[in-house]
Amino acid sequence: MPDKNLTTRTIVGLEIHVQLRTRTKMFCGCAVEPDAPPNTCVCPVCLGHPGSLPVINRRAFEYALLTGLALNCEIARRTKWDRKSYYYPDLPKNYQISQYDLPIAQNGYVEFEVSGVPRKIRIKRAHLEEDAGKNVHDVPGCTLVDLNRAGTPLLEIVTEPDIETADEAHAFCTELQRIVRYLGVSEANMQKGQMRFEPNVNLSINSDGKEFRTPLSEIKNLNSFRAVRNAIEYESQRQEAAWLADPAYVQGNVPNENRGWDDEKGVTEFQRLKEAAHDYRYFPDPDLVPVELADAVIAERRDSLPELPASCRRRFVSDYGLDAKDAEIIINHRETAMLFEAVVNCGGPPEIAGKQFINVWLMLANDRNVEVTELGVEADRMARLAKITAAGTVNKTAAKSLAEVMVERQEDPSVLAEELGLVQVQDRGATEAWVSQAISENEQAVRDALGNPKKAKAAAGFLRGQIMKISGGKADPKLVGQLIEQKLEQLRSDT
Amino acid sequence: MPESLDESTVRHVAQLARLSLTDDEVAQFSIQLAKVLRYMDQLNEVATDDVEPTAHSLPITSVFREDAIVSSLGVNDALSNSPGAHESMFQVPKVLDQGDS
Repeated sequence: MPDKNLTTRTIVGLEIHVQLRTRTKMFCGCAVEPDAPPNTCVCPVCLGHPGSLPVINRRAFEYALLTGLALNCEIARRTKWDRKSYYYPDLPKNYQISQYDLPIAQNGYVEFEVSGVPRKIRIKRAHLEEDAGKNVHDVPGCTLVDLNRAGTPLLEIVTEPDIETADEAHAFCTELQRIVRYLGVSEANMQKGQMRFEPNVNLSINSDGKEFRTPLSEIKNLNSFRAVRNAIEYESQRQEAAWLADPAYVQGNVPNENRGWDDEKGVTEFQRLKEAAHDYRYFPDPDLVPVELADAVIAERRDSLPELPASCRRRFVSDYGLDAKDAEIIINHRETAMLFEAVVNCGGPPEIAGKQFINVWLMLANDRNVEVTELGVEADRMARLAKITAAGTVNKTAAKSLAEVMVERQEDPSVLAEELGLVQVQDRGATEAWVSQAISENEQAVRDALGNPKKAKAAAGFLRGQIMKISGGKADPKLVGQLIEQKLEQLRSDT
Repeated sequence: MPESLDESTVRHVAQLARLSLTDDEVAQFSIQLAKVLRYMDQLNEVATDDVEPTAHSLPITSVFREDAIVSSLGVNDALSNSPGAHESMFQVPKVLDQGDS
């Protein structure tokens, strides 16, 4: 279909299920224990036996409240519980306890950044519900059911359809994971299914001034940020192609559908037509009484919230002068952000300490497959390393070598610098001798630096590297830079 | 309220409850369900304009339990009433999702 005036806008809303970090299930005292043998963590309540009664887990409720506050939501003074009809054996009551018209939290928002650009996505609601068990299809002709997971507390968070690109969805999901981890309400480990994403995707297609909306696809089975991005990208292309092939592919004509994401093939696949909301036949659960929250309790919980990643990010950039990119990395984990804060509080100059976090400490942690907080280097010693680097006692390269030793030995960095001979040499005469040696040993590089404009810069860099090497890492790079320029300038005027 | 419910509604409700009905049963339930709905319709005659919606009949709210583990049933007891079991799992007829192949 030839069309010159075609613009397509992707519209994405997300449903996110977050497993709350409780010891027990939402409505009974069975342990939440993903590795337990099948059907060992079950009781009459989560098996749906007649006469059993659910009772709300206080911690799950508190965690939902904290998350609602962190997502800037209005908190319901009164919430209730509803039954959502659900006819599959992995939830044996034949309904799921959920919250329908009075969710614990609604009308919030999340502020975050997409490649450095601020974005705000509205949160429609967040409500508590219980997870289903697991269906296994190992034996032909029948389904096997493990109900250990049935009744695990979940917080379902629903965004408004404010997300316009796959990158934005990716950034939002990452930020939401950070928020629940900062709050400590969920481990949010996606491999373990503790955070699951279901994007609702459709397109607004504008063709010659007329708007067409494609049917909504709800994409299931997404368990990585990458899958969220790829599935949204794939789905918007698929829907555009479907509409181009058949202009009747619009909402109203074609029903909404559920699609599954196949990570290996990189495609979404049709699963089933979406049951309309009223088919769930929600009604108030007579087994559970409503929960009322006093304003004072809500205010107290709001005051108890820890600092959230967005605030850390802003503060690290504005107060400590970190690059936005570096700040983003440091705030990724709350423990890292807190350690960095402690280093600054111990007198570490923030900009140098920030660079050392990125280029030294996080890399060392990464090499050792541990968190930076597990390196065994406490904030005070990190601060002292940043201080002696700032003072020019050691240069950046030496600081890195020192850091490696600091991981192994509980010593002060100044002491180690002396012992290892890494104290920077400010002596002009000694530095000049190193510069001369490097120049006489690297004729080709000198020729390039003087006469080959294409290679001049790289050649000068190479010479600087040689000098650092000759000095055993002790030369002051700044002084080396000055002296080598002088020397080259001198050679240039000699020829 | 008509004398009978239309048949497609009866079939839809039956499908949601995973019931398979014969044509005779559909006709029979169309009439019976309409009667039930007419009976319930009497509630609409009560003036409720000034009554707050009620989610629960008990005068109590906010009942919680602490997040403390209570011992579970044990797998043998858990499976003892099951129509079928296979290696610690409940065994049920194959679950076929609508639209699945």
